[in-house]
Amino acid sequence: MAASDYPAQVATAAAPARLRAGPRLLDGDRLFHALVGLLAASIVAFAALLAVYLVKDALPAFERFGAAFLWQQTWNPVTLQFGALPAIYGTAVTSLLAMLLAVPVGVGAAIYLAEFAPPWVERPLSFLIELLAAIPSVVIGLWGLFVLVPALRPIEQWLGQRLGWLPLFSGPPIGIGVFAAGLVLAIMVLPILTAIVREVLWAVPTHQREAAYALGATPWEMVTTAVLPYGRSGIVGAVILALGRALGETLAVTMVIGNAYRIDPSLFAQATTLASKIASEFREADSAVFLAALIYLALVLFAITLVVNVVARLLVLRLSVRAIGHGQQGGG
Amino acid sequence: MPSERRRIWISRIMLALCGLAAGLSAAILVVLLLYVLVKGIAYVNLEFLTALPRPLGEPGGGMANAFVGSAVMVGLATLWATLLAVGAGIYLAEYGGERTVAVVRLVADVLSGLPSIVIGVFAYTLLVKPLGTFSAVAGAFALGLIMLPIVARTTEESLRLVPHELREAALALGIPRWRATLSVLLPTARAGILTGVMLAVARIAGETAPLLFTALGNRFWPNGLLSPTAALTLNIYQYAISPYDQWHQQAWAAAFFLLLFVLVLNIVARLVAARAMPR
Repeated sequence: MAASDYPAQVATAAAPARLRAGPRLLDGDRLFHALVGLLAASIVAFAALLAVYLVKDALPAFERFGAAFLWQQTWNPVTLQFGALPAIYGTAVTSLLAMLLAVPVGVGAAIYLAEFAPPWVERPLSFLIELLAAIPSVVIGLWGLFVLVPALRPIEQWLGQRLGWLPLFSGPPIGIGVFAAGLVLAIMVLPILTAIVREVLWAVPTHQREAAYALGATPWEMVTTAVLPYGRSGIVGAVILALGRALGETLAVTMVIGNAYRIDPSLFAQATTLASKIASEFREADSAVFLAALIYLALVLFAITLVVNVVARLLVLRLSVRAIGHGQQGGG
Repeated sequence: MPSERRRIWISRIMLALCGLAAGLSAAILVVLLLYVLVKGIAYVNLEFLTALPRPLGEPGGGMANAFVGSAVMVGLATLWATLLAVGAGIYLAEYGGERTVAVVRLVADVLSGLPSIVIGVFAYTLLVKPLGTFSAVAGAFALGLIMLPIVARTTEESLRLVPHELREAALALGIPRWRATLSVLLPTARAGILTGVMLAVARIAGETAPLLFTALGNRFWPNGLLSPTAALTLNIYQYAISPYDQWHQQAWAAAFFLLLFVLVLNIVARLVAARAMPR
């Protein structure tokens, strides 16, 4: 870092001269400003490059299949027929299932942690839940494959015997499938959901709660009439953010979903997702069109998560601006 | 209007359910953690740490190449991503105009929300295809790209927490602004930045998807940085989905070390953060 020492001397020595002669070319501040600006721009450049390269490399598949790729159901590397619908369906169903399971638990846990838990309970519980977010996807997948799936098998068999006439519970009850994938995803998004919703609830000003109590509300009525409506956009943002995470989760899902490329209404059916299709076949892609089709899948996933993330950020952002404004009000 | 007694009972039941939800979330972690650690440590031995994988059917063998491969790729990723990210964070907190900062920040947030498999595909198209080989370099690039937006944003947040008086005091001493940033503001925000870097390292150490088609994996020592490289996470995945019991056991052992590393890093990061915020 000799460069950072050199302009230091120049800048100090030249300080009085600069007052007379205006900014010089070798001005430490301007150099540093340009340097960090360049580094910040590199983030934008990488993101742009990512979009360009995905589009460029998906082009052979796009030229061949066009937008019909999105609703075709075949995936045949021999005849080079490719369509994304089963993967899109699998992604949607597993993520939806995960949100159905995780949202009530996550929001409930956040309500308890933010509103009612005494500090000596809140801190260790929050810490544990945040640690859950740190467990690598592949480790959760390993656990899912060897512990969760065998545990699910008898439950699925029982349900299949009694309610097998429902399309939802038909299909081979072998444990591996949509249901296992949804459960694993729910476990994975639960900590983010709980953490963000807890932050959102913390930002609700105290006078809202006091007002509800003053009107005679029970603690639960206080939550539903004062706290939750106030934090609504933030909670929706947290849910969408968690959804974005579920949509793109790869390894844990790949290991328990069974990787069957078809659309089946059953919860127990083996399926695939966009991410797990890419993960399990990318290395075996032996032709240019096959590879391009997989990159096309990545592009679809990229587009979906992009939209989901931007919407979520805007919602959470709006909340934080409002929360900061109210925080100042409450403090004054 | 429901009676008062009924309202009170509804409230009690709902609160109990909320408490149960929190307890359940924590219980899932404890169960998962204990299971992996206890199951994994049973298969750990010295050979696992020091030997190369053996051919199938031969007992024993280890993952020394995967430990080294993971360390090299995570290290390289941390190096390049932290250098870029801290600079970008300085720009976001200290130099940028309101509108450019909003744009860069949104792009960084979106980038960190992208599925890691998409980052992996990008690294493949950008580096693996032109270079004609799977490599540790491509793996490190993909991992670093995941780290970059996270560290940039935590650097920004940490710098914003530095009191404004400190900037004024530094400038009042007559040093230029860049010097004040590097010698006064960065050291003050050090703990926050360090926490962010450690959490990001823990995150990328557990990533598998971006390595699948960049580092690829290798049963032997890599032939330099520009050749296929083994990684712990890749091995866990490949061994777990294989039909061999012996490989399953090694997957558990590898998961033990990965989980231990990630947990220790997380806990240390939190301790650093807690020490930095006594005020």
